[in-house]
Amino acid sequence: MERKEELNKEIQERFQEFYIDFISPFGDDTLIIKKEGIFPVLSFLKNYGFELLLDITAVDYLGKKPRFEVVYHLLSFKDRKRIRVKAGVDEDDPKVTTVTSLWKNADWLEREVWDMYGIIFEGHPNLKRILMYEEFKGHPLRKDYPFRKRQPRIELLYPED
Amino acid sequence: MKFITTTFDSLLGWARKYSLFQYPFVTACCGMEYMSAMCAHYDIDRFGAGLTRFTPRQADVLLVVGTINHKIAPVLRTVYEQMTEPKWVIAFGTCTTTGGLYDNYATVQGIDHIIPVDVYIAGCPPRPETVLEGLMKLQEKIQKSRQAWRGRKS
Repeated sequence: MERKEELNKEIQERFQEFYIDFISPFGDDTLIIKKEGIFPVLSFLKNYGFELLLDITAVDYLGKKPRFEVVYHLLSFKDRKRIRVKAGVDEDDPKVTTVTSLWKNADWLEREVWDMYGIIFEGHPNLKRILMYEEFKGHPLRKDYPFRKRQPRIELLYPED
Repeated sequence: MKFITTTFDSLLGWARKYSLFQYPFVTACCGMEYMSAMCAHYDIDRFGAGLTRFTPRQADVLLVVGTINHKIAPVLRTVYEQMTEPKWVIAFGTCTTTGGLYDNYATVQGIDHIIPVDVYIAGCPPRPETVLEGLMKLQEKIQKSRQAWRGRKS
């Protein structure tokens, strides 16, 4: 618990311009920052002991501003602690700095977020679709993508629905 | 003198229904039930369908086992087109018959949108007994249908 407070204070001091909040809903430590601070804060956390990037994902809060939220999950083996880092990303400028230089596995995770939500990771070495096919238009996990809109690659024998 | 009389169609049907070479197109969890139907406990070989070919060119039955989404749909059609006549298709499980749970942007709502299907096996996943029942239904269909033979259409 003390260590958590210590970490919070240190981040607050080091990254005043990016820091927004540090909360622990249901015991999950969550750091909320501005998107400009993603690379410096994550590289600080990596050196601090959170050496494993578990997941990168995003949330679409359609109708809110900022619309998207990029979420990073980190794990520290030494302290057996996890931390979640969130940053709001707006629809008009859906761009975030890549963290592939910190963690190799960010490559595929960022490609998935791009595929599903259309958030661009600047500086990514190979930002193309990973799950959907190249001809697919739009980003299927966006809330304004029609729920049942399918994009067949071949002519179907009879139409769906 | 011992002999039996029959028609050419039913003789050919009898031969064909008990020597079904199959090509399993396994994409999802139904594969587990397929494996157990294939293995010793349920032993699909009792029905003459034990020989799995891993090229569609040698197969008679295309077993589509598991969810088919739009990304893999062209592959499934190519596999079907590569099979030589006579050929039959079994849709194995709910996902292949209707799309099942997955009514979303990715999943084909039943493989009959892509290729013609002869037998649908329901279940999520179907029990091996259901698979055997489906196979027997297909055998029945093969026995009863007019056989394609040297350019003669079925």
